[in-house]
Amino acid sequence: MWLIRINMADRSYTVEKAPAAFETLGGRGVTSTIVHDEVPPLSHPLGPSNKLVFSPGLLTGTAAPSSARISAGAKSPLTGGIKESNAGTAWAQHLANLGIKALVVEGQPEEKGAYWMAHLTWDDQEERPSIEFLPADDYLGQSLFDVFPKLYERFGERVTIAGVGVSGEYGYANSGIVYNDNNQRPNRYSGRGGMGAVMASKGLKFIVADPSGAPRREVADRELFNQGRRKMREALQEHAITQPKGGLNMYGTAVLINILNEAGGLPTRNFSSGRFEGAAKIAGEAIFEGIKDRAGEEVFNHGCSPGCIIQCSNTWLRPDGTEHVSCIEYESDWALGANCGIDSLDDIAEMVRLCNAYGFDTIETGTTIGVAMEAGVIPFGDGQGAINLVEEMGKGTPLGRILGGGTEFTGRAYGVTRVPTVKGQSMPAYEPRAVKGIGITYATSTMGADHTAGYTIGPEILAVGGDEDPLDPEGKAALSRAFQATTAFIDSIGHCLFIAFAILDIESGYEGMVEECNGLLGTDWTTDDVVPMGTEVLKKERAFNEAAGIGPAQDRVPEFMTREPLPPHNQVFDVPDEALDSVYGEL
Amino acid sequence: MQVQARLFATLRNHLPEDATDHTTQVELPEGATVEDLLEKLELPKDEVRVTMVNGRARPREWELEPDDEVGIFPAVGGG
Repeated sequence: MWLIRINMADRSYTVEKAPAAFETLGGRGVTSTIVHDEVPPLSHPLGPSNKLVFSPGLLTGTAAPSSARISAGAKSPLTGGIKESNAGTAWAQHLANLGIKALVVEGQPEEKGAYWMAHLTWDDQEERPSIEFLPADDYLGQSLFDVFPKLYERFGERVTIAGVGVSGEYGYANSGIVYNDNNQRPNRYSGRGGMGAVMASKGLKFIVADPSGAPRREVADRELFNQGRRKMREALQEHAITQPKGGLNMYGTAVLINILNEAGGLPTRNFSSGRFEGAAKIAGEAIFEGIKDRAGEEVFNHGCSPGCIIQCSNTWLRPDGTEHVSCIEYESDWALGANCGIDSLDDIAEMVRLCNAYGFDTIETGTTIGVAMEAGVIPFGDGQGAINLVEEMGKGTPLGRILGGGTEFTGRAYGVTRVPTVKGQSMPAYEPRAVKGIGITYATSTMGADHTAGYTIGPEILAVGGDEDPLDPEGKAALSRAFQATTAFIDSIGHCLFIAFAILDIESGYEGMVEECNGLLGTDWTTDDVVPMGTEVLKKERAFNEAAGIGPAQDRVPEFMTREPLPPHNQVFDVPDEALDSVYGEL
Repeated sequence: MQVQARLFATLRNHLPEDATDHTTQVELPEGATVEDLLEKLELPKDEVRVTMVNGRARPREWELEPDDEVGIFPAVGGG
């Protein structure tokens, strides 16, 4: 496969064979290796020394189900540490179809404010990918909903797109990289960590991919690969969470609102309570019923990318039945809903739409508004006021620029002490005081507060992959460590993390995952190799962070969580520092 | 005794028609367990994955108290 390096200083590029060491690496394994090896840890995230690395997962572009994942990696302007931000999109498959192992964006143009697009195609004669750079100045300062149709008109219906919105142009630490969904909509995101600003800092606005003419991917052992993907498919179709018309396909990810609320772990009004009285109004069940009412029929969810058989993405409708936004995810629903005391799905949908239009991470946006509400900028529960704040961010007003700097930055600007961040990144939709294991993941992850880095919610709340008391800190450091390592592996092979629900409960699915890899690569991995291989990725990320000045002292939750008891269970975060230190200390 | 049962996701179909906010009041004999409540509600027991009493996960044999709030869930996941 190919390693492409783009130098944005002069819009030149090289295409070379990917090193042998990358043959069994993909996705996060590749991005974190390159960032670790090549980015100076003390470089400015928006300066010329940082590198933005894209890598599709190992299985991405194959027939393995639910495997269209892209990893975007760099030094993060939000955390100051290493970042891998993962998304599901057909663009990931197009990169893999073009035979690209890694696309490394380097350097920076001297011209301030000038932007280009990279048009990535297959060169039949040279038998390798090829890039044309085109000016992108016509697309600046606009909603992505206006720009995407222009790009499809210009480059054709079959292309896929990665890009940045105005959030990246402004250099916000809250800025994602956007990708198209299956309906050419700009709504799939490498949302977390400010990757959009990194891409924009290099003067790169879009990467348009078209794999027409590229050869098919080689599979070392087709029979084994097919056996593996069959086991994976059967596990996904059998498990109640991932099966057709199961929890995710019917209610979407927001099916979690009610169970976290019931468990007292749904962060509410800027992490001041674990229960939200309006939870039922914004839950996945209410989304399903709301769409049914407005569409006049039951509507099941769709996939974010080709080849997904879980299909968990919804499309919210306006009262007249027309499309409002796709999609209202659990995290967005919570961040812009319960965390702001807002119980209107129409208000939440409008904020999700604006985040997609401007290029914001919905989690960071909701937690930032929560802190602004705490500061008294607007009251909790003020839906229209919250919508206006997202507009301020999109317009780049002085207030908007403060908010665009992220949750921690906003807390500092207003002197707020209840600021739910770790390593500068805000916490997602699970309260550490009510779910201790996920608090350990938030505190210790190389990514800053990140639920996907080690999703102990499975055993702690959902009774998936075990059964743990969420209020008990005992044994949770080891649990978080094992989940963090397994996740690093899954993020590297390119499966959607939601396969974990099925394969943690169904052993043959877990075997199938390893057989897919062995079939594709000709390796002889066993299920015992998963955690050690994930651990190697974590070690590189940890080493980068320590060299960037982010060490054990930053592996802590904010002080208020250790002091303020959280209703309804009236718990503080009581995991001892030694336990937190053991997560990476004993890696 | 009376307890409050809350049914979520696909289990909502087993709520009485007049239930609001996923909730229904159920009359049970003193000493009844979570299992007894599931039976009274005629829930498909193999579909019930998580049962919480007053916000804490509790097993089927857990003895209920008057006015307990019981959340009942099928397998759900997301993130």
